[in-house]
Amino acid sequence: MRSSIMNKLIIYVLLLLGVLFTVAPFYWMVIGSTNPTDEILSYPPKFLPGDFIAENLKRLMGSVDIWKALLNSSIITITFTILAGIVSAAAGFTFAKYHFRGKKIIFAMFILSMMIPYQALVIPQFNLFANFGLLNTHIAVILPQLTYPFAIFLIMQNMKSIPDSLLESARIDGAGEIFIFVRIALPTMIPALAAVSIFLFTFQWNNFLWPLVSLITKDMYTLPVALATIANQDTIDYGQLMLGATISVIPIFIIFLFMQRYFVAGILGGAIKE
Amino acid sequence: MERPTMSIHRLDIGKKHAPLVLLAPAVLFFSLFIAYPIVSSLLLSFQISEAGQTSFVGFDNYIRLFQDPLFYEAMKNTLIIGVIQTPSVIILGLLTATLLNSGLIKLENFFRLTYFTPAVTSLVGASVIFLLLLNQENGLINFLLGLVGIDSIGWLNTPFWAKVSIILQGTWRWTGYNMVIILAGLQSISKDLYEAASIDGATKIRQFFSITIPQLRPVLLFCLIMSTIGSFQLFDEPYILTNGGPVNATTTITMYLYENGFQFFDFEYASAIAYVLVGFIALLTYVQFKLGGDKN
Repeated sequence: MRSSIMNKLIIYVLLLLGVLFTVAPFYWMVIGSTNPTDEILSYPPKFLPGDFIAENLKRLMGSVDIWKALLNSSIITITFTILAGIVSAAAGFTFAKYHFRGKKIIFAMFILSMMIPYQALVIPQFNLFANFGLLNTHIAVILPQLTYPFAIFLIMQNMKSIPDSLLESARIDGAGEIFIFVRIALPTMIPALAAVSIFLFTFQWNNFLWPLVSLITKDMYTLPVALATIANQDTIDYGQLMLGATISVIPIFIIFLFMQRYFVAGILGGAIKE
Repeated sequence: MERPTMSIHRLDIGKKHAPLVLLAPAVLFFSLFIAYPIVSSLLLSFQISEAGQTSFVGFDNYIRLFQDPLFYEAMKNTLIIGVIQTPSVIILGLLTATLLNSGLIKLENFFRLTYFTPAVTSLVGASVIFLLLLNQENGLINFLLGLVGIDSIGWLNTPFWAKVSIILQGTWRWTGYNMVIILAGLQSISKDLYEAASIDGATKIRQFFSITIPQLRPVLLFCLIMSTIGSFQLFDEPYILTNGGPVNATTTITMYLYENGFQFFDFEYASAIAYVLVGFIALLTYVQFKLGGDKN
C-alpha cells in the first residue's frame, strides 16, 4: 500500500512539474504585458503583474494598429471557417454518399495533395493573386485553402455512418438532393462539423506564412503578422510585444475552453480512425 | 416538372447531378489553389527570369541548388532540429499520456486541458513569448539558471544555442498535441491484454514495452510522420526567434525558400527549393511507412 501512495505522489509531482513548464510561458506573457520592458528585464525580474498595461497598449498602438489587426484576423478567420466548413461538408457528404464517375480519382488527388507542403504552393498562389490584383485583401487570405482536404476527409469518415436507407426513404418521399443535404445530412454531421470548424478556425487564426506574403500594408495585417513586425524591430519593446501576444491568444483560449472536446476530436480524426 | 414555390424541398437537382453541384466548390478551389500551383511551381523550377524575360533552362536551378552551400546549411539545420525535436515531443507526449492514463490520478481532464494549451497558441505567439524568456540580458531562463550558478547563455545569438532555442520552443509547443493523440491511442487498447499479462506475472514496465508500445504503433507512426513533416516546414519559429541567424545557424529550408522567393524575388530558384522539399517529405513519409510496417 505504501508503495502505491509513493507511486501516486511521484506521478503527481511529475505531472505538476509538466504543468509548471506548460503554464510558465503564459504567465510570463501576462507579466510582460503589464510591466514596462526595463522592469521585465531587470535583475531580479518582476514576478508579479504590474499596472503598466495602459502605457504598453499606447506604445503598442504606436507600432501597429492592434485592434485593426484583431478585426482583420476576425473577419478573415470567421469568413474562412464558414466557407471552408460548407465546402468541406458538401464535398465530404458527396464522397461518402454518392457514386459517380471520377470519384476515386478526385478523392485520391485530394488525399495526395495533403502530402504537398504548403510552401510548394505559395509562389504560384502569390503570382495568381498578383495577376488578379487581389494581393493585400482579405479575400487573398481567405481563398487559397477553402478546399482543405483533411477537413473533407474528416467529414467523409463521419458521413459514412449515416445509413443509406435514411437518404433513400427521403427520396421516396419526394425530397430533392439539396434538401437531403441541408435538412438530413447536415444535422447529423453537426458534431463532426464542429470539430472541423474548430480545426479550420485555429488553422486560420494562427496562419502566418501566407498572410505575411500576401498582406502588404499595415492596415491589412492579421495578428500574427502584426506581432512579427513588432518582434522584428531593432530594439524590441517587450511590454508591447507581450500585450500583443496576449491579445492574439485570448480569443483562441476562450474558444478552446468552451469547445475543448471538439479541438481534440479535430486532431484525433486523422489519428484514430479504423 | 412544375415548381410552384422555390422552397428548398422542391429545389431538386436530381441524384445524378447532385455530386456535380455539391463537389463543384471543392474541385474549383482545389484546381485553382492547389493543383495549378503544384504544376506551376514545378514548371517555374525549370525556368529562370532575366530582365523580365522567362525562359526554360532545364535543371539549371537544381544544379545551382546542389552547389549552393547555404542550401546544404539549411538542409543540415532542418535535419538537426527535426531529428532532436521529433523524438523529444513524442517521448514526452508518451510519458505524460502514460502517467495520465495510469488510473492512479484524479483531475485527468485538468492536466489534459493544460498540456494542450500550447498547441492552440499560434506559432508566432509562442515564438514571441520565447523571445522574451530566452533574452540574454535578464530573460527568465537565464535568470533562473543564474540562481543555480550557471552563467547567462546567449540563447539566440550563438549558433549552437540558437538551435537549442528553436527545439525548446518546439518541444513546449508540440508535446501536448502529441500527448492528446497518444492518450486517445492508449485508451483504445483493450484492458484484457493487461489483465492477462498481470496474471502471467508481467511487471508494469514489461507490460509497457510488450503491450503498450506495439499496440500504439500506428498512433506513434502518425505522430512521427506529422512531426517530421512539421519540422521540414519549420518557418514561423526561426523567423521570429532568430531570423535564421546567427550566421545562418537556424536558416531552415522553408526560411531559405522564403528568403529567395520573397526577399530576392527569385521565384524560380525558390520553386526548385520547394520541389526538393516535396521530394524529401515524400521520401521520408514513405520510409517511415515502410519501417512502421503499416498495412495501409
